[in-house]
Amino acid sequence: MTLVLNRIDDRLIHGQVVVGWGQPLDVRFIVLVDDLVAASDWEKELYRMGVPPEMEVRFHSAAEAAPRLDTYRTEPHPGILLTGDIATMRELVLHGGVREVNVGGIHHRAGRRQYLRYVFLTADEQRALREVAALGALVTAQDVPAARAIPLEEMLASGEVGS
Amino acid sequence: MSEPTGIRALVAGHGDFAAGLISAVEAVTGLGELLEPIQVKGLCGEDIQQLLSERLQTTGARVIFTDLQAGSCTMAARRLLRDHTQVVLVSGTNLPMLLDFVMSSAPSPHDAARAAVERARSAIAAYGGPA
Repeated sequence: MTLVLNRIDDRLIHGQVVVGWGQPLDVRFIVLVDDLVAASDWEKELYRMGVPPEMEVRFHSAAEAAPRLDTYRTEPHPGILLTGDIATMRELVLHGGVREVNVGGIHHRAGRRQYLRYVFLTADEQRALREVAALGALVTAQDVPAARAIPLEEMLASGEVGS
Repeated sequence: MSEPTGIRALVAGHGDFAAGLISAVEAVTGLGELLEPIQVKGLCGEDIQQLLSERLQTTGARVIFTDLQAGSCTMAARRLLRDHTQVVLVSGTNLPMLLDFVMSSAPSPHDAARAAVERARSAIAAYGGPA
């Protein structure tokens, strides 16, 4: 098996990831890539305690993760690659061979505009997502498996119409 | 039947989990006002944590009930516990748990929450079907 989902989600490990995607995809490990979490034992323990016993969480900074992704892709069980922001996923597209990116949740914050119920972006973040796509990754937005995967440009256009 | 003790708690979870459970508590006991639903749709983890913190301060509640152990409300509340050492967080909330909590005559909300967890565990059962 391989990394079956490469997800950007500012909530990192939470219900949609562990249950919504994790159960139907039979996910056995999550590669959580976040510089702050990777540097904090307390944060790591918090996320570790949020997953069921059959699921493992491996923590890396962005720099550490990129060269390890090929190894994760050869693991016998399915896994999820998870970042909390676009910039980190961009690094993994550039240096880690990620070719499909799922925008799963970038939530409301001052300065962000709403594109979907679960996607809010600043102008810089909008540009960053387009850059990720320009690097050759297929970028879609989809919060849960039962929802439709919305292509990046369709998502951005819906925000422009709604603004 | 015990008189209500003025115990209050926040209830937070996915979708309309909180409002739905509290409406059920109200229907069964008329004590739904002892619980406050927290609406988190569209909020990032940081904002959920801030909202919970603000509602704890405003209401004086000392208990937070959440749904999933890995849910974003639970994660936000667990971060909050670092600074709010007097607050108890309960995940895996169900209706029997909240009913026991609002009807409790325990001396503290913490005791009421812990007793409610035990009651909730004992209320889970499967009936019928092939053996």
